[in-house]
Amino acid sequence: MAGSTRVCGMSEVLAAAQAGLWRRAGRRLASARGTRLALTVLILIALLAVIGPWFSPWAFDQLDWQHLAVPPGHVAAHWLGTDRLGRDLFVRTLYGVRLSLLISVLASLVSLVIGVAWGAVAGFAGGRTDEWMMRFVDVLYSLPYLFIVIILTTLFQRGSIGVLLIAIGAVGWLTTARIVRGETLALKRREFIEAARATGLTPAAILGRHIVPNLLGPVAVYATLTIPQMIIFESFLSFLGLGVQEPHASLGNLINVGAQEMQSAPWMLLVPALFLVTLLVCLNLLGDGLRDALDPRER
Amino acid sequence: MRSIPVNAEVTPQGPAQVLRLCGLAVSFTTPAGVVCAASDVSLQVARGECLGVVGESGAGKSVSFLALLGLLPPNARVQGAAQFCGTELLRAGPRALERLRGAAIGMVFQDPMTSLTPHLRIGEQIAEVLVHHRKLSWAAARARAQQLLTRVHVTDPAHRMAQYPHELSGGMRQRVMIAIALACEPQLLIADEPTTSLDVTIQAQILALLAELKREQGMAMVLITHDLGAVAGVADRVAVMRGGRVIETGAVAAILNAPHDPYTQALVRNAPRLTASAGVTQAARGQEAVALTLTDVSVEFSVGARWFGRAAALSAVNAVSFELRAGESLGVVGESGAGKSTLARAVLQLLKPSSGRVVWMGAALGELPAGELRALRRDLQIIFQDPLASLDPRRTVGEIVAEPLRVHAPELDAPARGLEVDAALRRVGLPATLAGRYPHELSGGECQRVGIARAMIVKPRLLVCDEPVSALDTPTQQQIVTLLAQLQCESGLSLVFVSHNLALVQRLCERVLVLYLGRMMELAPAQSLYARPLHPYTRELLSAVPLPDPQLQPARLARALPGEPPSPLNPPSGCVYRTRCPHAVAVCQQRVPAWELAGGDRQVACHRWREL
Amino acid sequence: MLRYALRRLGGLIPTLLVIVTVSFCIVRLAPGGPFDQEQTLTPAVRANLDHLYGLDQPLAAQYLHYLGGLLHGDFGPSLSQRDFTVTELIGQGLPVSITVGLLAILLALVIGIPAGIAAATWRNQGADHGLTLFAALAVALPSFVTGPLFALVFGLALHWLPVAGWERGAPRYLVLPVLTLALPVAAYLARLTRASLLEVLRSPWIRSARARGLGGTRVLWRHALRPALLPAVSYLGPALAYVVTGSLVVETVFGLPGTGRYLVQGAIDRDYPLVMGMIVVYGALLLLFNLIADLLYGWLDPRVRHE
Repeated sequence: MAGSTRVCGMSEVLAAAQAGLWRRAGRRLASARGTRLALTVLILIALLAVIGPWFSPWAFDQLDWQHLAVPPGHVAAHWLGTDRLGRDLFVRTLYGVRLSLLISVLASLVSLVIGVAWGAVAGFAGGRTDEWMMRFVDVLYSLPYLFIVIILTTLFQRGSIGVLLIAIGAVGWLTTARIVRGETLALKRREFIEAARATGLTPAAILGRHIVPNLLGPVAVYATLTIPQMIIFESFLSFLGLGVQEPHASLGNLINVGAQEMQSAPWMLLVPALFLVTLLVCLNLLGDGLRDALDPRER
Repeated sequence: MRSIPVNAEVTPQGPAQVLRLCGLAVSFTTPAGVVCAASDVSLQVARGECLGVVGESGAGKSVSFLALLGLLPPNARVQGAAQFCGTELLRAGPRALERLRGAAIGMVFQDPMTSLTPHLRIGEQIAEVLVHHRKLSWAAARARAQQLLTRVHVTDPAHRMAQYPHELSGGMRQRVMIAIALACEPQLLIADEPTTSLDVTIQAQILALLAELKREQGMAMVLITHDLGAVAGVADRVAVMRGGRVIETGAVAAILNAPHDPYTQALVRNAPRLTASAGVTQAARGQEAVALTLTDVSVEFSVGARWFGRAAALSAVNAVSFELRAGESLGVVGESGAGKSTLARAVLQLLKPSSGRVVWMGAALGELPAGELRALRRDLQIIFQDPLASLDPRRTVGEIVAEPLRVHAPELDAPARGLEVDAALRRVGLPATLAGRYPHELSGGECQRVGIARAMIVKPRLLVCDEPVSALDTPTQQQIVTLLAQLQCESGLSLVFVSHNLALVQRLCERVLVLYLGRMMELAPAQSLYARPLHPYTRELLSAVPLPDPQLQPARLARALPGEPPSPLNPPSGCVYRTRCPHAVAVCQQRVPAWELAGGDRQVACHRWREL
Repeated sequence: MLRYALRRLGGLIPTLLVIVTVSFCIVRLAPGGPFDQEQTLTPAVRANLDHLYGLDQPLAAQYLHYLGGLLHGDFGPSLSQRDFTVTELIGQGLPVSITVGLLAILLALVIGIPAGIAAATWRNQGADHGLTLFAALAVALPSFVTGPLFALVFGLALHWLPVAGWERGAPRYLVLPVLTLALPVAAYLARLTRASLLEVLRSPWIRSARARGLGGTRVLWRHALRPALLPAVSYLGPALAYVVTGSLVVETVFGLPGTGRYLVQGAIDRDYPLVMGMIVVYGALLLLFNLIADLLYGWLDPRVRHE
């Protein structure tokens, strides 16, 4: 604002944001109270999901015929109550969290790897290659993708985690590819890439030394925002009975069962729903926090 | 002039001061603390007078004037006094300021590209001000808006009324901005760098318009600029600002001819001017070998070609040929869209020419395999227009400067590379301690020096400079040009210097190539070109250069030619310059002029160069 | 403008053809067949059934036959509900799904955009913080959580609204499903609008409009709002996709007789014509909606008007 000749003002701001990116992002992340809280809660839930079940005497598929559909707090051994078959809800929900987290992180990875590779190559190669690669993405995009995922999961082995991963990842990478391609195109137009070409760097070296490092910021943001989407996706499929199958538990099928029983046993809906919502809110807050921290325009 | 209610009863008699700033101070509260942007600014502007406010970026010029209009962000703190026709602006409420802004005080901003609302038609935007301040009906306001467009010499105003800002050229948009500012016949017009982002020919037109308006409307004007040439043509008095303070004020002739303050003296000394005797004489190079040869190089882009539909071919560079000897420096000049940067990239094969040959030391660059071309790039280096954008923001200065060594001298180990980097940084006048910094921590000038160091570290034999200083302040421009001249002198490299600034080209180049719409207009030794331009376009370019000379410049501005370059998608038949050429005759429309020898080393493409 | 719209509409046909082809391949290349689950069938009966539905012909022939049917608006017979054609089944369910979906999108627009504008206008004040927090929560809540929760709270606990049913679109039955679908979309729209309006308000042309003495309201409505709506318009396409997805859940939770159940059950039953019909109908809907969003975008931003 202080300058009067704003000839290189904007690019300065942009580049400043890029370079000191991680340092400043770290500082800002640490200073954002909401983000810090979200991160803490996330770590706690993840820890609980990993080690929590060990502290309970119950296994996730163990039936307790003495205590069918017990509300939380009524029986000492079942902290969060049981379901209609007498299975411990605490253990089952943590199991669900574990499975949901696992699937979503893996699916995010799958979609990130494919998406970043596809997008970076298309954006960097440009011309015909780019056109064909992105046209392919466009066509897949124009399919009612959720329908396709549903069909994939039903037609192939239902409930198989592998199929679930492929189905979810197959959809997620499209957006990643678009974002990465856009960023790559923008980067490619920047003069420092031209400078690298003029220096005599090979295309592979330019991609590795200059483009990919500059892509990391946006990709990191996108990755944190992908995980909650993948969780929703997985839970959604499980809710429809297409994902994780009984007796295995995922947040989606727990909520599905809970929804059917909510009239008589509302805790069966509320317990997994609470975990899911907390997880999602925290992940979203973290992603937003990271995005704001990396966004040069937000002060 | 119609009087404005706010000041009707308080306007002082006589040659009134329209605006009087007394001890104006502006500071910003930022997370890093309070930043002082301007302090103790005292200035005045009288009716019918133009005050030029000059200084480098960050000198507090814009901030001071935005402050008194209440246009700064909320974290700004403004103190002092600002009397406008008897109204104390700094104590006026937001409503009162709104009534003044756009009505009694018009404002024109630097960037006409982004200062007009993109989704509203031109006519609506002008009329809106009249409806808002003058309470005219929309029909009456539109009629008046069209008159205003005519007033600021917008061609085809009836048609423009219905157009959107993006459909207009930069010069036309700036005229529209001026029309909006003039709509309510203000007593004061504040123009904040109104010509900075425009081509030199369009700059002259806009400045001529401002001078004309001042003369005919008799309003007070403030011209904020870093360009002394602009001030010389329009301003009556000048205030020089530095570091948020006014360091010198006076009549324009006094300041430009006999400045007192050492800073002003430096400013005036460094201001670009065309010297009668050219700065660089052509060395006798008859015996030097030809290093670079371009033969009929053309670059075409296809635009609008997607999957369906036909592509239009945009001819960015059309049949350009020249030779460059070892150690020689060639300037390439022209307006934006002339194909200068495209040509620079085509020389280095960063863009593939669609036809023609580029031969470097006997090797046709276009026909080399990719690997051999990459190896040859050691000889062929380039520096770019935007110094910051040309440096990878994630690498340190040291890594950036060392990169060419990694490619072309892989045998060097890290310590040896470090030594080379230190030496390279010192050669361009930077301390070696800068190696650990990131580009965004440097100033624009320092960034450009880093760019030069990166280019020079592998000891190239050809350096292509693509508008290397156009993003920099005038004093920094001078320093960079001096550095380039010195490097060229020391290392004997050949130089292709692309610029729209003819004064700088004159300081650096032995020969000059003039491009218009991608075609060669004239190629001549700098000395004869500047002394006696043959092509009418070269003349127009030369006469548009803003000279920091208050005796000459107003008259030169008055002679500024109207007209803008046509679309390169649809160039005129025959001679492409004929639509703007004051000397065009029938033959110019029918035949493309031949590229003729015009005595000595000169070549020109004009049907009438002999008679003119 | 009209010619442009018509040309774009024509351009949808090849895309739709690609959708049909790709989904035909996916659906038919998967293992299993429509009559696998009926174990009582003798091979002869099965062969008869296969022959009846043309399943014994080569895939290419079936594909061409299917395309031929599509040209006449015929989606073929349902393999699982053998008394009905797919056209009849979708024709029954579609009005329900479309009513709920469009109402949800409308509601989301009506709530989300004004909320975003309000938050940006009163930036960093209580209302803004409250709205931002609420939006962050609402965006994170998937419909299969909010749906049952709404039913639990408003239906079972408070008895304000019926928990399930349709009753020919009686408003009381519409409230909860529409609200469930609209909530996250509205929250997302509010966030988008807030962010983009704040950004537009920082642009040079806003400063320039203020320098002309235009008042805050005028600057906001005339100069800032239209460009600020662009991200929201771009989001309309994805919003519809979201609503379509969500309707699968909402129709299950609230027992609505929409089309959602056909997809899942059809896929499980290998009812090829039904699944294909759903994909074609919804694919066309999505394409159409995206086209409308594009045209709207062009109206808002003259720079992208007409290709």
